[in-house]
Amino acid sequence: MNKEKMIHLVDTTLRDGSHAVSHEYTVEQISAIAGGLDAAGVEYIEVSHGDGLAGSSFNYGWSLTREEDMLIAAAKAIKKGKLTVLLLPGIGTVENLEHAARCGAKAVRVATHVTEADIAEQHIGIAKKLGLKTFGFLMMSHMAPPEKVLEQAKLFESYGADIIYVADSAGAMLPEDVKVRVGAVVDAVKVPVGFHAHNNLSLATANSLAALEAGASFLDGTCRGLGAGAGNTQIEVLTGVLDKAGYQTGVDFYKIMDVAEEVVEPIMHRPQVVRNAPLMLGYAGVYSSFLLHTYRAAEKFRLDPRDILVELGRRRMVGGQEDMIVDVAYQLAQKKGGSHEGR
Amino acid sequence: MKKIKVAVIGPGNIGSDLMYKILNSDRLEMALLTGIVESEGIKRARDMGINTSIEGVDAVLKDPDIKIVFDATGAKPHSTHAPLLKQAGKVAIDLTPAAIGPYVVPCVNLDQLKDEPNLNMVTCAGQATVPIVSAIHQGAGVKYAEIVASISSKSAGPGTRQNIDEFTETTSRAIVEVGGAKTGKAIIILNPAEPPVLMCNTVYVEVENPDETAIKDAVHGIVKEIQKYVPGYRLRVPPILEGHKVTTIIEVEGAGDFLPKYSGNLDIITSAAVRVAGKIAEKLLAKGVQA
Repeated sequence: MNKEKMIHLVDTTLRDGSHAVSHEYTVEQISAIAGGLDAAGVEYIEVSHGDGLAGSSFNYGWSLTREEDMLIAAAKAIKKGKLTVLLLPGIGTVENLEHAARCGAKAVRVATHVTEADIAEQHIGIAKKLGLKTFGFLMMSHMAPPEKVLEQAKLFESYGADIIYVADSAGAMLPEDVKVRVGAVVDAVKVPVGFHAHNNLSLATANSLAALEAGASFLDGTCRGLGAGAGNTQIEVLTGVLDKAGYQTGVDFYKIMDVAEEVVEPIMHRPQVVRNAPLMLGYAGVYSSFLLHTYRAAEKFRLDPRDILVELGRRRMVGGQEDMIVDVAYQLAQKKGGSHEGR
Repeated sequence: MKKIKVAVIGPGNIGSDLMYKILNSDRLEMALLTGIVESEGIKRARDMGINTSIEGVDAVLKDPDIKIVFDATGAKPHSTHAPLLKQAGKVAIDLTPAAIGPYVVPCVNLDQLKDEPNLNMVTCAGQATVPIVSAIHQGAGVKYAEIVASISSKSAGPGTRQNIDEFTETTSRAIVEVGGAKTGKAIIILNPAEPPVLMCNTVYVEVENPDETAIKDAVHGIVKEIQKYVPGYRLRVPPILEGHKVTTIIEVEGAGDFLPKYSGNLDIITSAAVRVAGKIAEKLLAKGVQA
């Protein structure tokens, strides 16, 4: 291992973390968190609805703060780092991306399901023209074998992506799964490779280290691990771990700990721990953002959230299909109701 | 029975499926399938005894008896074809994103459209969801409508993939312009699961007047209307009301004419197009035009 290696950190407290606060960040919170992360030396600070630009909706939950206000507040607070946005083609559009750039975004992560990279060609092309640092982000990478992941990564590279990410959106991978996928992509592309973890199986930090061993040089994290499902890699922990392992991040360990404890922790809706339902997300390989929607559907239809998640996994639902949670809950409730009537 | 001669431009998946549906129509005569190169679709049609050409739109223009033309090419070619067809007095049914003419969703606004020379079929998601939005709007007043269309990766062709924004933007415009919602939003998700998933559409609306009976009656009524031309159109989850929010989920199984059954997304747009052509043919026949 190269002990002097520089690792680029992307903080997504204000994007993936948005799921965990049901997209209710205020302008003041966004300013404080973005400003704190910037002062701590974080290079990329991602700010968007949890489902990316234009994600505010019935399907994914309404943002308390308008997208424009969010981005302008963050852009003002960030002095050294790069304001980064997330775009999921099919949800957000080129128009949304151009608007984000006008609001001060300097980087974009264009995310698709791990097998559907070709729907992002147009968006990656425009992002490059806008002068944005452009990431191609392969979601739910656990669902495809390494050959498929590297094939799709090469597509992103051919469209002009500057960095390729392997994302474990369901927090379903074991360290070996991470190594084979990240390693395959590192060997296949010339651009840097990153890894995005979820902590559903309590492996986010371990998997991040596995990604570095396989050649990744970009990692994601969030303060206190705030994020969808059981959350993401806890960035202040990751900063300390990387330092101990001999990597450079440019992030001030004390300052990032302070942002997590003093700014983020007080606004959390609940402690970010691996409860049973998020554990099932990781076990069944289900998109982490489904968690809170599943709790609501389980309550409405009087079901065990785990049963809904297992069925979603069995149906091989992908990121963005939050609407299918109600479908599954309705069908399960009908079945249950049917058996009562039969007695 | 008297029939009207029609042509299909574009012998790909959509064009071939159209051809099969036209062959089953009692108002339309499949007079010509035309492309610009020799292809599998052209060969298949020729082997079935159908008149084909590789001279593109020119072949259509040469036959004055062809009155209705389906265009299943792309937005750019259709922009070229549209004025030529109009000049030749032929009605164009546009299955591309060009949208030169007004949007048409058969069970919603076909009867209101006068003798338009060019009609656009919106998108598959538009055909599947606009009727639901419109039905709920009649009964309860729709302030905002949002649809999520999930289709199998296998049935999303290169046209959709290269310009996915066009799909969501066109669909959301149709939700407003044809469906009647004040504002609209469309989301599309591609799912690669095997075996391929059926096309599934979730329609969320915010209503002014959450009258559960009126909403449910309206939705059940319009589903029956659509089933007249898309038998595989089904309610998966009947309207669920939560305050002013109404959630309805429908699925579309294709007829399996040419495309596989999971391609309900393609089937609904070709079925709707043939439905529109059938209505136009009836009008023409009433005027005394015939093949």
